[in-house]
Amino acid sequence: MAARKKQKVHIQFVANGEEVEVAFAPHKTLLEVLREDMALTGTKHGCELGECGVCTVLLDGQAVLSCLTLGLDVEGREVTTVEGMSVNGELHPLQETFADLGAAQCGYCTPGFLLVAQELLEKNPDPGREEIKEALAGNLCRCTGYIKIYEAVELAAARMRGEEAEPARETVYGYE
Amino acid sequence: MATNNGNNGKPRKVIGKPFRKVDARAKCTGQTRFADDITLPRMLHAKLLRSPVPHAAVKSVDVSRALRLPGVVAAITGKDLPIPYGILPVSQDEHALCIDKVRFIGDPVAAIAAIDEDTAFEAMDLIEVEYEKLKPIATIEEALETREPRIHDYGDYGNVHKNVSLEFGDMDEGFAEADLVREDIFFYQGNTHLPLEQHAAVAHFDADGKLTLWSATQTPHYVHRALAKTLQLPASHIRVIATPNGGGFGGKSDPFNHEVAISKLAMMTGRPVKVALTREEVFYCHRGRHPVLMWVKTGVKRDGAITAMHFRSFLDGGAYGSYGVASTFYTGALQTVTYEIPRYKFEGVRCFTNKPPCGPKRGHGTPQPRFALEVQVDKISEELGLDPAEMRMAHLAPPNSVTANYLRIGSMGLGRCIEKVVEGAGWKDKHRKLPYGKGVGIACGSYLSGAGLPIYWNSMPHSGVQLRLDRQGGVCVMCGSTDIGQGSDSVLAYVVAEVLGIDPFDIRVVTSDTDLTPVDLGSYSSRVTLMTGNAALQAAERARELLTMAVAEKLGAPIENLSFAERRVFDVENPETGVSFAEAVQMAEARFGTIGTVGSYTPPASPGKFKGAGVGPSPAYSYSAAIAEVDVDPETGIVVVERVWIAHDIGQSINPMLVMGQVEGSVYMGLGEALMEEMVYRGNRNIVHKFPSMLEYKSPTTLEMCDVKTYLIEDPDPNGPFGAKEVGQGPLLPIPPAVVNAIYDAVGVRVDEVPATPEKVLAAIRAKAQGKEARFGPKSVPEVLWPAPLKVQTPAEGGDGKALPREAVHARD
Repeated sequence: MAARKKQKVHIQFVANGEEVEVAFAPHKTLLEVLREDMALTGTKHGCELGECGVCTVLLDGQAVLSCLTLGLDVEGREVTTVEGMSVNGELHPLQETFADLGAAQCGYCTPGFLLVAQELLEKNPDPGREEIKEALAGNLCRCTGYIKIYEAVELAAARMRGEEAEPARETVYGYE
Repeated sequence: MATNNGNNGKPRKVIGKPFRKVDARAKCTGQTRFADDITLPRMLHAKLLRSPVPHAAVKSVDVSRALRLPGVVAAITGKDLPIPYGILPVSQDEHALCIDKVRFIGDPVAAIAAIDEDTAFEAMDLIEVEYEKLKPIATIEEALETREPRIHDYGDYGNVHKNVSLEFGDMDEGFAEADLVREDIFFYQGNTHLPLEQHAAVAHFDADGKLTLWSATQTPHYVHRALAKTLQLPASHIRVIATPNGGGFGGKSDPFNHEVAISKLAMMTGRPVKVALTREEVFYCHRGRHPVLMWVKTGVKRDGAITAMHFRSFLDGGAYGSYGVASTFYTGALQTVTYEIPRYKFEGVRCFTNKPPCGPKRGHGTPQPRFALEVQVDKISEELGLDPAEMRMAHLAPPNSVTANYLRIGSMGLGRCIEKVVEGAGWKDKHRKLPYGKGVGIACGSYLSGAGLPIYWNSMPHSGVQLRLDRQGGVCVMCGSTDIGQGSDSVLAYVVAEVLGIDPFDIRVVTSDTDLTPVDLGSYSSRVTLMTGNAALQAAERARELLTMAVAEKLGAPIENLSFAERRVFDVENPETGVSFAEAVQMAEARFGTIGTVGSYTPPASPGKFKGAGVGPSPAYSYSAAIAEVDVDPETGIVVVERVWIAHDIGQSINPMLVMGQVEGSVYMGLGEALMEEMVYRGNRNIVHKFPSMLEYKSPTTLEMCDVKTYLIEDPDPNGPFGAKEVGQGPLLPIPPAVVNAIYDAVGVRVDEVPATPEKVLAAIRAKAQGKEARFGPKSVPEVLWPAPLKVQTPAEGGDGKALPREAVHARD
């Protein structure tokens, strides 16, 4: 047990658009490397067993569970975390709609949902409700009942397509 | 007392508007710092060694080998923390680390602090614990039968923690008046909160002897009290900061062993200590929904009017007291606030078993009896040939009344809720009319807007707010309340912004820090919007008064003419005459000195004066009605809930979008409880938690979640800030009964227990096909030696809220 901690590995990769060099114990997961060795605590953990989706990050643009990915496996690759979604303080449209529609209640699952949604919209700029549900099915949220999350993804998608979309009245006030 | 209406009846700028939450962007960018995101220099990491056996005497705990492992800095056992604690003053039955006995698999016996988490894990293997196994108790029935060994050496008798009996009115008369008397038995399985954030905490003991604990807790004030007691430190030397909770739902409302243990380790080592629980450990912390077996006897007239109800509940409490005494009373408290029940008797028993302790989960003790009541009402309506929606509508408890068990109802919007969902769902065209396999079911519910009484007896306010205004126009609102995702920080900002005519995002919100913020009792019992909202309103109105006086004097305008809006204070008759908000603060500061105000809130006294009357009273009750539409596959028993229509009587939305979020989240959690979520154990004598993982503990994903159509009913309650009532918990209550009532409408079988898993539904369908009773559910309840009931005359009988004298009780018996 103690032996595994003896020697750290050094790797280089691109984190949120920046070249980084990190040293860590080789058994560490990407989740642990991000949170413990790089202070990127925006990535959360909910189970460390691949069950909840909370720790999702993008690896070369593809959503992966950072708790099931070894830190060593990202050498030379590109990792995007929630911290990398906004550029120069400007929020990604998904971050904006998640905030504006109450799609983040406690906010703990939010980074994972945001990144999965980002991946979805990059592949499919106009997903239907069922496609959104399918794409988000690996992420658990205990607060929202998912509905505000779907609505936030739909609103962001519309805006990213260049439409001047506003939330539906029922989304914010309920049905008459 | 605050006037509850804010800006003198002028159009509102903030209240009732869908602003984003004040912390929403931080949560969407990864900036929010949860407990496990905190790192301090020289920080150690702690792990708790937990019992692998459900019930045993602890003969010895030896940490000496662990202490010799390089990297281990400290180790403690139960002997280091000998003082017990617990959330309720009557159940101080927990030790941070067990001393002489373990009571469930997961009960901790030792704690390690090491330079990193891996070393702490490794050290746990080196701790030697000698257990002497005792007979484990797995169920309510076993607990009632087993006098010895006792899990605890306190409680009403044997393994019965609490045994209560309350009787309101002449029950014999009530049942004699009835045209129909039904007796039914129901079971509501236990389930857990499953917050996505695992509990975590960091403790730091500084060189001046002051302890700081950052913790994912819903109740920093109670943690503060527990730490002072267990660590024997003056409370003034302890600071508890509740970090934003990554989901609570009641699961972070108790003071926890890991919080006490790391505080002790920080004191011993002089270094910060962090603990972050694994998901498996979160299942052991539990404090979730009690499994409750229920027997209900209800008498009704031909038109569905209830003449009397006798309700018995049997709670499986798990290994510790937790909130259990309150939970027990809650299973018998709120039956009376929806439909008129003129005579009512409640008997409840809570047992100790060797399982993780149960406590408060969303709805605390009320979803179980609500399930029983609403399913029974459905059966009664069918037996009487009445429409279940119309039958409910015809017998609503009246607004501004006192129930048989002395709960004071204020505003009561359930009738409007039922009308909305009946119309929205097309109920009349669907109920008893859809093809086999499809069905609709209706149910209602009600919940507290805050418990009327505090957890420990005192006559101080339940919530305090301090407001600081500075000459630059800055406003800081400070309050002990804790944001668990429901948006309580935002509610404070919205209320203050409305009254002072500024933007909610101008306000700095400082919350849940026992050093900086006035006490708020915590984020439980749906108390925060009403109580902190009222306290914030009072503080803001006091500040506005100071500013008004100073500005009126300066402008020579009449005080009553001054209005606060758009960051200005101006004369409504001559809007150009005015000053900026910052100038107004400067004028007030010049006139009165530094501007700070306080506000506080104490709930009104409850009319009930009998022992047990402390559970159930609230300043206001919210109401909900829901209709569920289901598709049941008769071949597999799989139930798909396609849509839920739900109407919620919110009083007044402080922010309708956040109210919607709470309603939708409650429907979701109710759906999980209705169909799949359960805490189950395996092993006849071992009582191992069957599913201590998120993969196996089934909860709804996006693919199981139904569509929800939400209607908000606004009928301001005089006790709420701007008329607001609760929404965080109430809308869960109608979901499980609406779903099983819909299953009956779809396939004609009664599933009298939740979760209504496919096996249960299929068993009932098969029983029906074989000509047996078309039902799945418990068939009997155990014998219990109920205590002689405490008898209270109802208000209708001329009662005064006090229990009848003992002699009278004997004479009546």
